[in-house]
Amino acid sequence: MSEIVERKSVPIWIQMVVWLLIAGLLALVASTLSKRQQGSIRPGDTLPDFSLTLFSGYEFEGQSEVSLSDFSGKIVVLNFWASWCKPCEQEAAELEEAWKFYNGDVMFLGADYVDTEPEARTYLKKFQITYPNGPDLRTELSQMFRITGVPETYFIDQQGVLYYVKVGPFVSLDEIKSIIEQKLQ
Amino acid sequence: MKHKKLKFIFILAFLLTIISTQFAYAQDDVPTDDEVNEVAKGLYCPVCENTPLDVCPTEACKQWRDVIRTQLAEGKTKEEIEQYFVDYYGDRVLAEPPRTGLNWLVYILPPAVILLGAVLLFKNFQAWTKPKVAESVSNQERSDVLSSSKGDSSSANKYISQLEEELKKRN
Amino acid sequence: MLAEFGYGVLVLSFIVTIYSGVAAVFGVRKKSASLIESARRAQLLSFPLISISSLALIYLLVNNHFEVTFVYEVTSLSMPTYLKITAWWGGQAGSMLFWSWLLAAFTSLVTLRKWDRDIEFLPWVIVVSAITLAFFLFMIVFYENPFSRYWLVAGNVVESMFKPTIEAIIFTPENGRGLNPLLRHPGMIIHPPMLYLGFVAYVIPFAFAIAALITGRTDDRWTRITRRWSLWAWLFLSFGLVLGGRWAYDVLGWGGYWGWDPVEIAAFMPWLTGTAFLHSVMIQEKRGMLKQWNMVLIILTYALVIFGTFLTRSGVLSSVHSFANSPIGPYFMGFVSFTLIASVYLLIRRWNDLRSETEMKSALSREALFLLNNLLFISILVVCFWGVIYPLISELVTGFKVTVGPPYYERAAGPLFAGLLFLMAVAPFSAWGHSTLQTLGKAIWKSTLASFILTVILFFTYTQNLYAIIGFFLVALAIFATLHEFWRGTIARQKTQNENFFTALSKLMMRNRRRYGGYIIHISMALMAIGILGIELFQKETQGTVAAGESLNVGDYTVEYRELASWDVPSDDVNYTRAVVDIYENGIYLGQLYPRIDYFYDAEQTMTIPGQRSTFRDDLYILLVDWQPVSNAGATFKIYVNPLVNWLWIGSLLFLFGIIFAAWPEKETEKEKVRVAKSVTQTSAAD
Repeated sequence: MSEIVERKSVPIWIQMVVWLLIAGLLALVASTLSKRQQGSIRPGDTLPDFSLTLFSGYEFEGQSEVSLSDFSGKIVVLNFWASWCKPCEQEAAELEEAWKFYNGDVMFLGADYVDTEPEARTYLKKFQITYPNGPDLRTELSQMFRITGVPETYFIDQQGVLYYVKVGPFVSLDEIKSIIEQKLQ
Repeated sequence: MKHKKLKFIFILAFLLTIISTQFAYAQDDVPTDDEVNEVAKGLYCPVCENTPLDVCPTEACKQWRDVIRTQLAEGKTKEEIEQYFVDYYGDRVLAEPPRTGLNWLVYILPPAVILLGAVLLFKNFQAWTKPKVAESVSNQERSDVLSSSKGDSSSANKYISQLEEELKKRN
Repeated sequence: MLAEFGYGVLVLSFIVTIYSGVAAVFGVRKKSASLIESARRAQLLSFPLISISSLALIYLLVNNHFEVTFVYEVTSLSMPTYLKITAWWGGQAGSMLFWSWLLAAFTSLVTLRKWDRDIEFLPWVIVVSAITLAFFLFMIVFYENPFSRYWLVAGNVVESMFKPTIEAIIFTPENGRGLNPLLRHPGMIIHPPMLYLGFVAYVIPFAFAIAALITGRTDDRWTRITRRWSLWAWLFLSFGLVLGGRWAYDVLGWGGYWGWDPVEIAAFMPWLTGTAFLHSVMIQEKRGMLKQWNMVLIILTYALVIFGTFLTRSGVLSSVHSFANSPIGPYFMGFVSFTLIASVYLLIRRWNDLRSETEMKSALSREALFLLNNLLFISILVVCFWGVIYPLISELVTGFKVTVGPPYYERAAGPLFAGLLFLMAVAPFSAWGHSTLQTLGKAIWKSTLASFILTVILFFTYTQNLYAIIGFFLVALAIFATLHEFWRGTIARQKTQNENFFTALSKLMMRNRRRYGGYIIHISMALMAIGILGIELFQKETQGTVAAGESLNVGDYTVEYRELASWDVPSDDVNYTRAVVDIYENGIYLGQLYPRIDYFYDAEQTMTIPGQRSTFRDDLYILLVDWQPVSNAGATFKIYVNPLVNWLWIGSLLFLFGIIFAAWPEKETEKEKVRVAKSVTQTSAAD
């Protein structure tokens, strides 16, 4: 409210402050907007290394935590799911089948988004899932991938580059296979 | 004498019943919905943003409330349960950002800006009002308002004329 | 066919609007009155054009033209006709058309006024509203087209305005998805248009302010012209907010009316600046001060309206209110930036010309108190703005989301609202120009004493809660002081004019509608504060699962579960599950309530309707949370006792009365009466 008594034209420094504040606000909103508009991260992006803590019983070769870097040279399929998510159930069996089909040549990881452990375990048992699964602790992973919902599946190639994003459930085992075959030598 | 003793026993028995019922209550291992809601009120599930957990109808939130129930049954406190949710799902589950690091801005900036505004306004008051008037006002502020009223009869007339004048001006 | 027609008219209105803006600018440049007149006529043309286009859309909505995407998304066969009409603003595309229609209507109203004394404003008012309107029409024409349709192309359904390929045929789904059931509530049918009315009406004072800045005519002409506009805008905005609260209370099933949701706040922020503006503009009229500040406020209000609309529609904020992610975000962002930068630039350029004409004489004068009032409103704005913006900053800097929820707002805004209540009590007694603590104290001590006595009584009979005591004292003070002001004015008039009490009172109020309407609003705000204090501080709740015949207790109430029934109503495509409960207060039977859950098949959504029993003392608010479908044995209820909340709605009604009283045209009606009388005599003469 200082402006009220200004008798002369607005001092330069106040003008500067006003413009800076406006620019800052607009930049902030614009960058948030562009983030929202992008949706999830895009194919072609090289992913920073991330790690996933695993549920006991769903560890990977005895490790209770795995990182993306553990699997360099392999295709990694990262699937976000939750036990409360009905569409996730449509693809659960197919994902497990695909994991068994590639027999370790392709890494499957399940990240359990905003879920509770007992229900998650029931879900995993119900669909007899065996590939490594763990909770998305502090929702860090989902925020990093900027997922738009569950289920969502991210395909990362041998060099750690994201090459395909599937939003929503897979319709068939063949769909999963065909996406993997794109990059499988 | 006998009377007193009786009274003593009575009180003792009374206390014992209270304590025992309290115990029974604490051992009661199914927490009520109210106890669950009490904790849920302060939590926000990322699935339905900006809706407190106690009233959120989604399936995910139902599960969360069950987790609270389980943990309450295990004897955990509200703070411990909140911490559990923070560890699992991040700071966003809390109704307010925790007071750490950058988040201090949430708590510091508004009062600072308001204070700045108040100071500026006050300074402008001083610039506007003639110094003499400002001084007399501050003097009066110290004196008692009610006791220092003088010349009441004239002020009533003054009010009427002033009101009339204001009313006329507007027509 | 009709879809193409509606779209064509829309495109036409877009072109006409652009023309009117461009012609107005060139008219000023070339000093051509005829060009400006042409711009004015083009502006006037935009309203009928958009109306025709809207009528086309309504026709499509009412007649189940599901091949139109928008119709498919917001209506279904089972919806009654009035809901199909109101579905006009039930989705993004339609509501933007509705926005544009309102804006065109308001601008036309303004354009039709007599401009003799301020003809220099005319082109710029046209330009500002044309830019705003053209922007919205641009969005509709190119990105959010309510007329686009489904086409069948080689077995796939695609969405397009025109035939995408030669062999494409129109695809008509059998039934629409239906309006979100939450939006089928009467409160929700009126709530958005009320808010839009408020939002859009603020464009007019803003347009005049900008016209004043551009022309350099910096006297208070623009505030005088737009005085009533800003009052009506404020009326609609306030009423929209209250209706939103009522809707939330009746439908959302969280026992409250306001959740400090970011989108709620986005609508609340222009209200804050608008309220501040309403007060400070009076200082400008009376004392010739604060011209710069009023400009700041009206620009802020407009910016917040656009900003709020942007936040809601672009998906930047996620909440129950927001529309899904949409392509219009970046354009909206551009428009927000443009208006903000342009108006701040103009303001800075004219700053020097907006100096005050008089000086402030006393720190206790009415204008000084108005400034304090402005400080408080702006402080609440700062709190709200920061609460909305900070999560974005956190996400940007740390990469993680945080929630800034009710505790933050309540803690920060509570004392500020208390300060406003206090100012409402003091303000009527301070005079323009100058008053001293002495005159003030003398005037207010009676009210203070009365409030104090009332508070002491409350302390012993009702509550010992410190916040409540302070709150009730301030409420009482504000009400007593304002009533006292009515009393003093009436007595004064009685003496000088020799009228009886009621004539004196009514004449006093009639002769000064804005002042006494304002006081009525103050009283209504204090009444609303009672409701807010009640629900915030004394709300009781309990939840439990009971079998038939069992009961739950909360406060003095006992709620006994009787029975439950669940049935389909195929014609409405709804399933109702209704519980019957007996309610007792301290063992005395009061009656039955029927909390229910409605499930809408078409939208796959449930709606929880509480069973409510309202009294002046408290509301009993019962929600059916869950039930066992098989045995019918148990049901889970959540029961709230919301003390005093009814005063919030009573206050709202009084508020509505007060503001209509204040905004009611005075002289205009008399003129019209004369005109009507004349025309009547003329027609009768012709007979």
